[in-house]
Amino acid sequence: MPFESSIPFLLEFPFEWTYIRSIIRVSLYVSLVAVSLSTICSLPVALLVGFAEFRGKRLLTSIINTGMGFPSVVVGLVVLFAVSNQGPLGSLDLVFTPEAMIMSQFILAFPVITGVSLAAVSGVEQTVRDAAYAMGGTRLDVALVTIKEARYGIATAVLAGFGRAISEVGSVLIVGGNIAGSDGTSKTRTITTAIQLEARQGRYRTAMILGAILVVLVLLVNAIVVRLGSDDGGYR
Amino acid sequence: MPIQRRAFIAAMGSGAAAGLAGCLGDDSDSDGDGPEISGETLTLTTTTSTEDTGLLNELNAPFEDRYGVTVDAVAQGTGAALKTARDGDSDVVMVHARSLEDEFIEDSYGVNRRDLMFNDFVIVGSPDDPASIAGSEDVNEALNAIAESESTFISRGDNSGTHTKEQALWDDAGRDSDTLGEWYTDIGGGMGDALNRANELGAYTLSDRGTYLSMQGNTDLEIHVQGPVEGGPESLMNPYGIVAVNPAVHDHVNYDLAMAYIGYITGPDGQDIIKNYTVDGEQLFFPEALSEAPNFQQYVPEGWDGGDQ
Repeated sequence: MPFESSIPFLLEFPFEWTYIRSIIRVSLYVSLVAVSLSTICSLPVALLVGFAEFRGKRLLTSIINTGMGFPSVVVGLVVLFAVSNQGPLGSLDLVFTPEAMIMSQFILAFPVITGVSLAAVSGVEQTVRDAAYAMGGTRLDVALVTIKEARYGIATAVLAGFGRAISEVGSVLIVGGNIAGSDGTSKTRTITTAIQLEARQGRYRTAMILGAILVVLVLLVNAIVVRLGSDDGGYR
Repeated sequence: MPIQRRAFIAAMGSGAAAGLAGCLGDDSDSDGDGPEISGETLTLTTTTSTEDTGLLNELNAPFEDRYGVTVDAVAQGTGAALKTARDGDSDVVMVHARSLEDEFIEDSYGVNRRDLMFNDFVIVGSPDDPASIAGSEDVNEALNAIAESESTFISRGDNSGTHTKEQALWDDAGRDSDTLGEWYTDIGGGMGDALNRANELGAYTLSDRGTYLSMQGNTDLEIHVQGPVEGGPESLMNPYGIVAVNPAVHDHVNYDLAMAYIGYITGPDGQDIIKNYTVDGEQLFFPEALSEAPNFQQYVPEGWDGGDQ
């Protein structure tokens, strides 16, 4: 697009900023909560599986790795069955809420974060752990040392989980219902489901702008995590 | 019949009362004898057409303001909207497939159906019009011409109201939509998807006038066969109904709020909004709830005989 035409283009920006802000907020809220919960649950699993030697370890590892590619719409369907009023969690009234979306994003992100962290943790030298034990460390200390050593890989894991959660559309559409209020604030509409809605209506330009916003957001979150991960000035 | 008769009659009675309250209108927030609904949330499942045209926001904002409630509108196809309501996951449904609505009521999941509004279906296609159906006033002839010339036809294929209508029209034309051939393309998507696809492929499709008009700027598609709004055949009529989910089946649904919504939307305020809603100067929907000669059949399935239970 030539420069001179970009000014009116911005002026006739095809949607309200309150609308944009609220769908960004919902997208980030759902994805960040889901990824945080997944990380909290994934790290202990990754450490346990990574350190322990047991029968079936390879099987378990490959199950986790399979989960990384699990189809998201299937997860959406399963969560919908669970939270629907006819399902086992029906009494909690979760269908078409951000909480239901968090559940599905959690299920999607968990294997990704576990799988990538597991690879990172397994890559930490046995000698590091031995040294930590030798210095009189408790199991928790050893775990912390290992996490510190593997932090770059774990950051990658969290980012991969976040990328999967925030760019996912099928399951959030099914369990969230793509709801925005008549005042233009989003309840369960995320950037991805908004793009789907705009594309359905043939408003490709609005969809493209939303897509650009999504890409910028993912880049920003990546930059922040990389920044946090490099507190000693760089990676090893 | 599975409907519990007393609950059904009671529900019909309070529906009529809520409808009346809607008619009398302006003092609805001044007294305290109605059920307290402020602060509550109504889950409405509806079709993509009401959301995609922008009508839904226009209708819901004043209702939310007046009653201090929230309306969560989930836009699905008619089939999915009714299924969600059957599961008790919504409080009220606004759809446009009378046969499916009747089934929903006969199976005791819905009470208090009311006619809401109508618009019409049109057969749209590329300006080249390979089957030469432009200006036809006979739907059967037009569909048969499309079939004989094997021109690409896009079907929603998503069990929506429009899809249900389209299948019925093929039936009327003496053709089975399951065995039409490769030119008949089932896309499993919303109305907007179907219009976009028809535009890309230079194909025909059946569209509701509202969605077509709201997307007119984005496609080259033209109306070849008009519906009754522009003098076309009655068989292309597209009536919308609104039905409350039966609280006797799903006791957790917000029946009071659902009936308040039905009362509002079928009352003068809601009907005025529907009448005055335009896109590019074109009226998309025509209000139908306020009639001088009320059609009591609208509350029950068509042909329903309540005499012998």
